[in-house]
Amino acid sequence: MENQEFEPKIVAFVCNWCTYAGADLTGTSRIKYGANVKIIRFPCTGRIDFMLLMKAFENGADGIIISGCHPNDCHYSTGNFHARRRWVVFRNLLNFSGIDTERIQFSWVSAAEGFKWADVVNNTIEKVRALGPYENYKKINVPTLFAKEDNNE
Amino acid sequence: MSDILINKVKQLLSDKAIDIFIGHGEGTGGRIRPIFVRTPEDAEQLIFNENCKQSWANYLLKPEVKAAGKIGMMATKHALRAMMQLASEFQIKDNEVLALYWDNNELKSSADFKEIEAYLASQNHDILPHEQEMIDKLNAMTTQERWDFWQKEYEKCIKCYACRSACPMCYCHHCAAEGNQPQWIPVASHQLGNMDWHLMRAMHLSGRCINCGACAKVCPMHIPLNLLTYNLITPIQQEFGAIAGMKHDATYALSTFKTEDKENFIL
Repeated sequence: MENQEFEPKIVAFVCNWCTYAGADLTGTSRIKYGANVKIIRFPCTGRIDFMLLMKAFENGADGIIISGCHPNDCHYSTGNFHARRRWVVFRNLLNFSGIDTERIQFSWVSAAEGFKWADVVNNTIEKVRALGPYENYKKINVPTLFAKEDNNE
Repeated sequence: MSDILINKVKQLLSDKAIDIFIGHGEGTGGRIRPIFVRTPEDAEQLIFNENCKQSWANYLLKPEVKAAGKIGMMATKHALRAMMQLASEFQIKDNEVLALYWDNNELKSSADFKEIEAYLASQNHDILPHEQEMIDKLNAMTTQERWDFWQKEYEKCIKCYACRSACPMCYCHHCAAEGNQPQWIPVASHQLGNMDWHLMRAMHLSGRCINCGACAKVCPMHIPLNLLTYNLITPIQQEFGAIAGMKHDATYALSTFKTEDKENFIL
């Protein structure tokens, strides 16, 4: 394990109408980007609950990308505006409680921006690679009722 | 002060202006507890002194209290702000709750939102200096130091949810913490579940917190969890110009938006 280079796990929460289509375009345009990213498709950025970010970290993500339509470009007119306010507040809260907001990348990627999507993903991967695994979260002790088999040895 | 209050409540109850009055009463060991007065005779138990700082606003929406009829309440500044915030969330109507409050040693009574707003506008609503100091201290720390600080605090949490019960803004009939499909918050009180709970609580109260501090006061483990929501008050006010509990017709900061909202972190 130690000799291998750390490969960050990135979870991307994207909206169906812009970024998901944009990521599709990246693929059909044959643009290569990191395979570290797991894309989860949502109807709209407004649907991306802040708790999902917590759950992503809980389940071993080292970094998170959240992306949707540009302002004024939302399929549902206002979803991304609502989301933007929520992120401003949530980012503030995460920062205050000591969660590394450097690991969370917010972006607007439209369905025509295949290149931008590849850039966002690659840059995030590099940023998180430099930060290393999210040890703080991985070290959280969750006692279970039954003793876990020790697989670390 | 108590005599003026008792006479006023007696009169209100005998005039049938209110059916139930929520006020401060004597608890065990010199503590203050809420009492619910329904008859003029019971009003004798009411007290009011410098220790009566508690807000009873979280009783306003309890079905068992509402069932009694028209509610009167001894209101502190925080209780009045809670009332305004509840009104803005369509939980209480104008002239539904009669609030009694002290304005320069004069007992005033009002159920009119406009009057209460005018009174609130004349008051200072800043958070306490030692709380602001603590927030500034935390904000000056590194991310890792803040993480360590809060993990140590969350570790103490026993998930009694007293913070939720005391909060006048936590009135959902079905709290997300109890939901198990999906299970957002682990039931057991371990580090992860505690952190999830406190962050979710803070986020659900962001832009709604009226900085009454009830959550931290009732916490049996003395977690300074009020700081989580207090810290969000300034940015929300600065970024969105919204302040909770000052206007009965205010819009919740996170349920609205402006196309020109600013942010500096989205690519």
